[in-house]
Amino acid sequence: MTTASSPLNGFPDRVPPAEVEDVELYHAKSWITRWVFSQDAKIIGIQYATTATAIGLVALVLSWLMRLQLGFPGTFDFITPAEYYQFITMHGMIMVVYLLTALFLGGFGNYLIPLMVGARDMVFPYMNMLSYWIYLLAVLVLVASFFAPGGPTGAGWTLYPPQAILSGTPGGTGSGIILMLVSLILFIIGFTMGGLNYVITVLQARARGMTLMRMPLTVWGIFTATVMALLAFPALFVSAVMMLFDMLLGTSFFMPALVEMGELAKHEGGSPLLFQHLFWFFGHPEVYIVALPAFGIVSDLISVHARRNIFGYRMMVWAIVIIGALSFIVWAHHMYVSGMNPWFGFFFATTTLIIAVPTAIKVYNWLLTLWRGDIHLTVPMLFALAFIVTFVNGGLTGLFLGNVVVDVPLSDTMFVVAHFHMVMGVAPIFVIFGAIYHWYPKITGRMLNEAMGQIHFWVSFLGAYLIFFPMHYLGLIGVPRRYHELGPTSFIPESAATLNAFITIVALIVGAAQMLFLFNLAWSIRHGRPSGPNPWRAASLEWQTPETPPGHGNWGDTLPVVHRWAYDYNVPGAAEDFIPQTVPPSDTAATGEHR
Amino acid sequence: MTAIIIYLAIVGSVVAVFLSRQRLLAKPWLEAGPEGVLPGTGPSTLAPATLALWIIIAVAGALFTLFISAWLMRRHMGHDWRHGLHLPHILWVTTAILAAGSIALHLAQRAAGEGPRGGMQAALAASWLLALLFLGGQALAWRAMIAAGQGVAASPDVSFFYLLTGVHALHVAGGMIALAAVTVGALRREPEAARDPLALCATYWHFLLVAWLVLFGLMLHG
Repeated sequence: MTTASSPLNGFPDRVPPAEVEDVELYHAKSWITRWVFSQDAKIIGIQYATTATAIGLVALVLSWLMRLQLGFPGTFDFITPAEYYQFITMHGMIMVVYLLTALFLGGFGNYLIPLMVGARDMVFPYMNMLSYWIYLLAVLVLVASFFAPGGPTGAGWTLYPPQAILSGTPGGTGSGIILMLVSLILFIIGFTMGGLNYVITVLQARARGMTLMRMPLTVWGIFTATVMALLAFPALFVSAVMMLFDMLLGTSFFMPALVEMGELAKHEGGSPLLFQHLFWFFGHPEVYIVALPAFGIVSDLISVHARRNIFGYRMMVWAIVIIGALSFIVWAHHMYVSGMNPWFGFFFATTTLIIAVPTAIKVYNWLLTLWRGDIHLTVPMLFALAFIVTFVNGGLTGLFLGNVVVDVPLSDTMFVVAHFHMVMGVAPIFVIFGAIYHWYPKITGRMLNEAMGQIHFWVSFLGAYLIFFPMHYLGLIGVPRRYHELGPTSFIPESAATLNAFITIVALIVGAAQMLFLFNLAWSIRHGRPSGPNPWRAASLEWQTPETPPGHGNWGDTLPVVHRWAYDYNVPGAAEDFIPQTVPPSDTAATGEHR
Repeated sequence: MTAIIIYLAIVGSVVAVFLSRQRLLAKPWLEAGPEGVLPGTGPSTLAPATLALWIIIAVAGALFTLFISAWLMRRHMGHDWRHGLHLPHILWVTTAILAAGSIALHLAQRAAGEGPRGGMQAALAASWLLALLFLGGQALAWRAMIAAGQGVAASPDVSFFYLLTGVHALHVAGGMIALAAVTVGALRREPEAARDPLALCATYWHFLLVAWLVLFGLMLHG
């Protein structure tokens, strides 16, 4: 590009001094400090991801048990109603907080942020290490609740009082609920330490030339989600602390006067609705804390594997920021049936529907990126495409549920379960899979096995639809959620049971496909095809490291210098079909044509 | 939730002002060029630790504001709210102690920058004493409340009193951990080296003071 055609004419033609100083790294002295108590963000990222996957497997097994009960009621004596509630609760909480949040921010955030912005490491490596170990402690406390007397809490993942701490609820008066709340508090403390790092690394440790508007959308997504999480998790912290007070000290923040097991409880005057406000003030931003990193990652996967620059980059960035801001004023759409003022509900219905605008912009931009692209149907690309389809599907049912009058009859049915699993379960997890297939070569130096990947994708993709499409239908005909067993009803036809059995069988098959994925992860470390430094011919910074996998300090002797954005694919006149971010304009055969 | 919405609007405006200076209207696809050609779009000159402190303050501020929101909502939602929390008088003393501690840290920071070594050490010692006195005073306030039959479950505003003072005290204690690290560093090395860390501690103590004044005001009149 010539200077004459550049819009930068108004700027002085000079190269300012390096704005990023090289940092002194902590160098591990022993095996333990290198691999276990590591301060290297890449190791910490892998530790986060491994721990999240391990606890995610627990959640997967719990979902199997729930499906077995729903598909074949009465067959499995060992699943009592109490245990069924415990399975629901733990499955939900693990997936939302301990898997999705931890994996996107702790896992991908740690591994990718320093590499993608051209930093040596996170800004505060020691605090970063603490963040992981506190997260691990939170997970262990959570796991401990499985072995606590009375078992884990069965209050539902939203932990609504008053029932969450009453004796009728599994784990409600024992240590189950206490361990859950303590674990959440620990998680929030650990996350805040990590989140501080992600934000400051993005703001203060970017390589020279890496302006915010040159950052890959993955970084924008993780960055915005982290800012949101830093401000939203305190609401969960507050509700957890206040519930612990109610339970252990007999206060009445959330607990109204009530009769428990025939006796007047010691509480009076508290407001369960107050808890719901606090919880969802965290809970709705949480949806986007998971979705925004997914949006970012998908944008990058699509651009790389379709060999097209991302369409509407600026709009994508603005949409991420706007969605992040709006998500703080929609929380009460989770509470339409809570008995709050209906006018309030209409306000929140409006804000909820407004979020559809920036979200739709993102979907259009993905489609326009694909339009006339050179689409390579690699496994990461397949998962990215599956995400778009699934997210649109889940988003459309969100339009149903965002409206008060439609939500009221549907809110306690399987329709809601199908909706949020599509939009918040399946869709982000597809992105996680796509991202792992995409970045695994950078992490290990080897490709994941393609055949196993294809099987994994098609079984998961088709299976997810076979599971959740019928579930929408079940919800529409009135099958309630949270029921251990339906029993005879006049309005639910016999065929609902057949459909439930079908869903269960598919769920087991999809679950088995995930075992194949885990096997692939382990097998390919040794036996995968060597990938070289940049197997996807990607332009962003993490693929330009001198070593693969990147060494301690990421960049060898000198930090990279960034000359362009991360999406220069198929630039007219360029020698290759991608131009890495580190290549100065003079080194490409670019003619200055605008794309 | 009005309080937290207003708080987030303020935080959001700060973020918006920052972002507006990052050339969000840039067209990066047209702007390949030498590094740093766009003035002011690199990392800011703020030290990472300073930025970290302000983020911590923003997050802690959100936490306190959420507790305040909970207080305001609980007051309207329950029918058992008894106006007129009788606070022990020692809280006025601890408020003064906290303010004095804030000033002492500010002086310590200034002394580290210019004056002789003794000035900083005295101010630092005073800061420690005042911080410990503050926590001790808060504990006495708890004891006074319990002695007056105002246990944690006595009434909702009393419950909030314990909750808010407790959370605030934990933040003071957390600040003392950081202050301990800074103190060790200040005694070992040149006082000049301790100036910036002490400035961060002082900023945090100012924040603790402001947070306390808001909470105290709420407990007096809310």
